[in-house]
Amino acid sequence: METGRGDEVKLIGMWASPFVLRVKVALNLKGVHYESLEEDLPFGKSQLLLDSNPVHKKVPVLLHNGKPICESLIILEYIDEVWASAGAPAILPSDPYDRATARFWAAYVDEKIFASMKGALITESDEKRKALVESTLVGLGSMEEALDRRSKGGKFFGGESIGFLDLALGSLVGWLRVMGKACGMNFLDPDRTPRLAGWAESFCEADPIKDVLPDTDKLVEFRKTLQAAMEAASAAAAAAATPATPSTS
Amino acid sequence: MGDARVKLLGSWASSYCHRVLLALRLKGVEFEYLEEDLSNKSPLLLLHNPVHKKVPVLLHDEKPVAESVVILEYIDETWKENPILPEAPHDRSVARFWVHFVEEKLGPAIGKVFQSAGEEQKAAAEQVSEYLKLVERELKEGRFKGRRFFGGETIGILDIVLGCGSYWLSVLEQVAGVNLIDVAAFPCFHAWLKEFESLAEVREAIPAQERLLEHARSVRQMMAMMTAPAWTKTEVPTAVSDEAAPVALTK
Repeated sequence: METGRGDEVKLIGMWASPFVLRVKVALNLKGVHYESLEEDLPFGKSQLLLDSNPVHKKVPVLLHNGKPICESLIILEYIDEVWASAGAPAILPSDPYDRATARFWAAYVDEKIFASMKGALITESDEKRKALVESTLVGLGSMEEALDRRSKGGKFFGGESIGFLDLALGSLVGWLRVMGKACGMNFLDPDRTPRLAGWAESFCEADPIKDVLPDTDKLVEFRKTLQAAMEAASAAAAAAATPATPSTS
Repeated sequence: MGDARVKLLGSWASSYCHRVLLALRLKGVEFEYLEEDLSNKSPLLLLHNPVHKKVPVLLHDEKPVAESVVILEYIDETWKENPILPEAPHDRSVARFWVHFVEEKLGPAIGKVFQSAGEEQKAAAEQVSEYLKLVERELKEGRFKGRRFFGGETIGILDIVLGCGSYWLSVLEQVAGVNLIDVAAFPCFHAWLKEFESLAEVREAIPAQERLLEHARSVRQMMAMMTAPAWTKTEVPTAVSDEAAPVALTK
């Protein structure tokens, strides 16, 4: 058994990361005490991070008694398997079909919604941004339908309590609000996706989330920091690529 | 066997479908196989996978499960014989990590080699090499050191996911003329692949190389006939994208 009071749990993370947020909330749901190790992204990566996740060098990384677990959804499955006692709520449902459904949609969140959202926030092309915003909205529309069909009653995808898919999508709400401010629209508009809008409110107000949810205005500021860092990096890359000006003879 | 409880919608050349076929065979699950014509998708496929409209789709008592890795986990949880995921949570997380690596990094990089030419292809091949080095290291001195398979003495989910795309490497070498797995550079990977391909269940699940070779050649020819300046995934027509491409960029 991997549980017990002798457990040492650390989370290598970064306050603005939605993927780190998933793990924080999952640990909170299970009542697991952990030490939070904050990375100084985008400015640097600690040796611990590089050693713990040499393949991707990304947060979050969960360190459980020194052993690293990487990739947020994989960490969620790990947390659910390790801290699976009568007292702790389950993150994934028990029925295999329901688990498959949750996993399917969580993959969709990452591959469709997050990918489009990230692209829209990064791209400098107006045309591409428009397409990616549209793609994000399509993705959210699918989640609205999924919520309508699958929640079996209850405020969350997981039913009465927060589950795997709630964590997957809910962690993006802050950044969807950032994107909304950038584009001058509401990505969780109650007129377009009423159930999802209500769900987002419930998620953000829930106990395991409200203390760790990053403030939207702080995320907006952080985005500016990221953009400046990216611009500096591409300017440096461009300068390095430019051949030296030959001196006049 | 018209009323089979388990059905698989698939496409004969799709490595994603081979994964599911292999898992079902390993577990001794009886199922009915339904071949999809990807250029003319059946109402059944569109009904059961409206989001992606792709194969494979597993139907269990008419309830659909889509996305090959999701299906593999479902199969493992539903039919307990010959488990394909390890028992210990940390070992499971490691297997899932490398499965995700194949899905997100290695697979798409191999797909890019197939779909590109010239300098772009050279860069894509180098990327494949970098990724394979990581896998090689895990086999040689890392988490999977000394094992016959990634799953141990018997194959597991990572063997299935990596194995059902790896035979494409030699097909691609012949079709695209790019050397991707130099035996000298990747001895452990080669040894593992030989073990994997020697299994009866694997030989039954995966079509003969000549058929795959012919298929890959015709797909690449179709791509070449298009006058797009660079071969990218978005420019490939639906009939030959994703499921039909040897290693698709998405599932």
